[in-house]
Amino acid sequence: MSEGHHKQSFWTKYIWSTDHKVIGIQYGITALVWLLFGFVLIAIMRYQIAYPGTPIPLIGSLLGPDGALPPETYNSMGAMHGTIMIFLGVVPLAFGAFGNYFVPLQIGAIDMAFPKLNAASYWMYFLGSVIMVIGFFVPGGAANSGWTSYPPLSNIATMGQTVWLWGMVMLITSSLLGSVNILATVIQLRADGMTWMKLPIFVWTQFITAFLLLLAFPPLEAAGVLQLMDRLAGTSFFMPSGLVVSGGGVYAGGGSPLLWQHLFWFLAHPEVYVLILPAFGIVTEVIANNTRKPIKGYRSLVYAMIFLGFMSFIVWAHHMYLTGMGTTIGAFFQTTTMIISIPSVVILTALLLSLWGGSIRFNTPMLFALGFLPMFGIGGLTGLPLGLAASDIHLHDTYYVIGHFHYVVAPGTIFALFAGIYYWFPKITGKRTNETLGKLHFYFSFIFMNGVFMPMFIQGLAGLSRRMNDGGETYAHAAGVIHLNEFMTISAWLLGVAQLFFIVNMIISLRSEKTGESNPWGATTIDWTDTTSPPLGHGNFEKVPTVYRGPYEYSVPNQKNDFLPQSQKG
Amino acid sequence: MTPEEVKHHIKTYIIVFVALACLTIVTVAISYLDIGVKAGISLGLLVATVKASLVACYFMHLIDEKTTIYWTLIATAVAFLILIFLPIGTMSAQVRIY
Amino acid sequence: MDIPFNVKERPDTGLYNGKLGIWLFLASEVMLFGGLFSAYIFLRTGVDNWPAGTEYLNVPLATLNTLFLISSSVTMVMSWASLKLNDFKKFKLYSGVTLLFAFGFLVIKYFEYTAKFSHHYYPSTNNFLGIYFTMTGLHVLHVLGGIIVIGYFFGPGSKMWNTDPERFTNRIEIVGLYWHFVDLVWIFLFPVLYLL
Repeated sequence: MSEGHHKQSFWTKYIWSTDHKVIGIQYGITALVWLLFGFVLIAIMRYQIAYPGTPIPLIGSLLGPDGALPPETYNSMGAMHGTIMIFLGVVPLAFGAFGNYFVPLQIGAIDMAFPKLNAASYWMYFLGSVIMVIGFFVPGGAANSGWTSYPPLSNIATMGQTVWLWGMVMLITSSLLGSVNILATVIQLRADGMTWMKLPIFVWTQFITAFLLLLAFPPLEAAGVLQLMDRLAGTSFFMPSGLVVSGGGVYAGGGSPLLWQHLFWFLAHPEVYVLILPAFGIVTEVIANNTRKPIKGYRSLVYAMIFLGFMSFIVWAHHMYLTGMGTTIGAFFQTTTMIISIPSVVILTALLLSLWGGSIRFNTPMLFALGFLPMFGIGGLTGLPLGLAASDIHLHDTYYVIGHFHYVVAPGTIFALFAGIYYWFPKITGKRTNETLGKLHFYFSFIFMNGVFMPMFIQGLAGLSRRMNDGGETYAHAAGVIHLNEFMTISAWLLGVAQLFFIVNMIISLRSEKTGESNPWGATTIDWTDTTSPPLGHGNFEKVPTVYRGPYEYSVPNQKNDFLPQSQKG
Repeated sequence: MTPEEVKHHIKTYIIVFVALACLTIVTVAISYLDIGVKAGISLGLLVATVKASLVACYFMHLIDEKTTIYWTLIATAVAFLILIFLPIGTMSAQVRIY
Repeated sequence: MDIPFNVKERPDTGLYNGKLGIWLFLASEVMLFGGLFSAYIFLRTGVDNWPAGTEYLNVPLATLNTLFLISSSVTMVMSWASLKLNDFKKFKLYSGVTLLFAFGFLVIKYFEYTAKFSHHYYPSTNNFLGIYFTMTGLHVLHVLGGIIVIGYFFGPGSKMWNTDPERFTNRIEIVGLYWHFVDLVWIFLFPVLYLL
């Protein structure tokens, strides 16, 4: 293949590009748009939760006959909010965007192992996401059986569910191809001297995430195929015998709704580690860089993450404690669930200890990374009563669960992703973000995240069920806690307003002048030290570096600078 | 691989092919025997596993593959076994009404 | 700059990129069919009466199909071995025969399916037929995919032998690995659905 500095058309350079950096940005922009859309959905829903039955202002007439959300529409928005945030937003941003852009740069590769496959992965994701959202426009509206799509309800649901299934098949395939690429790239394309134990933790997290996606996603694809057969070919894989469905529908029966739950959660549990691992990786990079200290417990982090990845495959039925599986196997899953909390604690401890004695720089990425730590702590700790079968009996399907998982993903992962965006913005663009706007973004987001999600634990403990379109107005258990809904809704809207600081910051920063600095944070990893900002279009590196040491050699004694790059000789 | 090594491999391919064909006949023949469901399933899966191992080891060259591939497949095998056995494990306490 | 280890193996792993890539992909395929096998076991153990394969299915025809796939597997690996021995003509021969066996498989499957439909045996009739059609259907799609790729390298793609023979040989090895996997799945599908 000739090197050829041929003139590329707009289409080959920016649209059909096979360059991992362009593809990373494509993933990033698409994912951020979907995150915003998913947020708008819940903002509308929360109006209804706070003010049940009241017409939605401005757009109410588009949503329902009397301006309020009909229950089916509420359910559609709820199911799609979850699906969009996880599969169209967080994972493509954490894995597709950050992974694609920075894994090759951090290991010293000139691109991913399979660039054309990479482009195909992105376009499959794009197409799949569009298909998903088209569900809103089909008769009957989008999928409305929860992001978990449990049969028999999802089997008999309107057309939107079929659209959801096709969208999932495309998204899963895209993810699988992306995983193959990341794994092959990390195994095969590390530069000279970049041994496994010299890899930045960010690369380790992307690697383990890729393995989880590779092995856990296909059973959900199988389940999707089975449900498509149920819905389109009239099979009864998930339809038990003797079920009476109003409005017709003759089924042979003999199927099992629990089969779907097993296949779904076989993916969906490892999926939550897919959501958190890249966040751990980004936070580690930002903390090491902004404490000017090596990370405490590099090996512990690596082994903990590998153990976490393995354990994630044998805990899934803790989402199914109430399905009558019997105490023996329930105890098995409870035990594995308790054990899996240990590596998370090891990781959080290592990150916290890494702060001790550091020269902490409180810039925007560091604020988000620091905010991540206690927020993830709350999310993790609140998972414990859910992982214990006895207490889960009371808390399952309540707002407690919603509070738990949002803490881990929203002020957890999403904060880490913001940290990553602020941290790597100078590398991607050669420009700097505005620190004042960044700090305002952080502080207001932090306050309002807690405003939305903390009261959910109180509501859940009182017994308020999730997925109620009137916020629990007609539900006896909600009586004592329903007043919290308005407070949470207003916090949610203010959280949305706080994101304007981020959006405005991005716009003005992109329009600012390039600074000419290639390593403004004084980082040690080769994505910073051996590339220009932005990196070269063809091949990333003027000269592919050789690696001589580990990734976090900060404040090494008898050195000129307080950081010693991985690629510096001697 | 040198041409001599390839020619040696070709001999192996022919032997494996004959073995696979024979095992196919064997597995069909076993299915006609009256040995009960449990034995039938065990034997059938055993023969299938042997056939699959032959294809994997010799046609797919797994017998002298590299460590990285072995580790990938071991991880996959573990995940596969979990997927096959744990779901029915949760049904052991179920009273079947249909 | 070219991506390293596309053709020559990386010294410490001993692999070229494509070989690792296809094995990783096959790992995901194991889990995909694994999900369906798990569903089969779950559904079968969930009912008292599960029909025997012979009640609905044609064992002799499927046995022939099994032999077709096994034969196509050996001709596939022979086509790669021919390239290793620098014999392009033999490669074309074996590749072509592989395609013939693959087509034969599809033809028999077509007759099988249409025979089911003519007896009013549909996927919706019961879960045995449902899982039979779904699993063999997904397998057929994989056979089709294999035919397309093998066909491409038999036809227009074979030009690469003239410009980059080592890379072409590697690609045939990779395609072969995929094809053997398709054979592997059938080696389990055949007894599970037809015989047990």
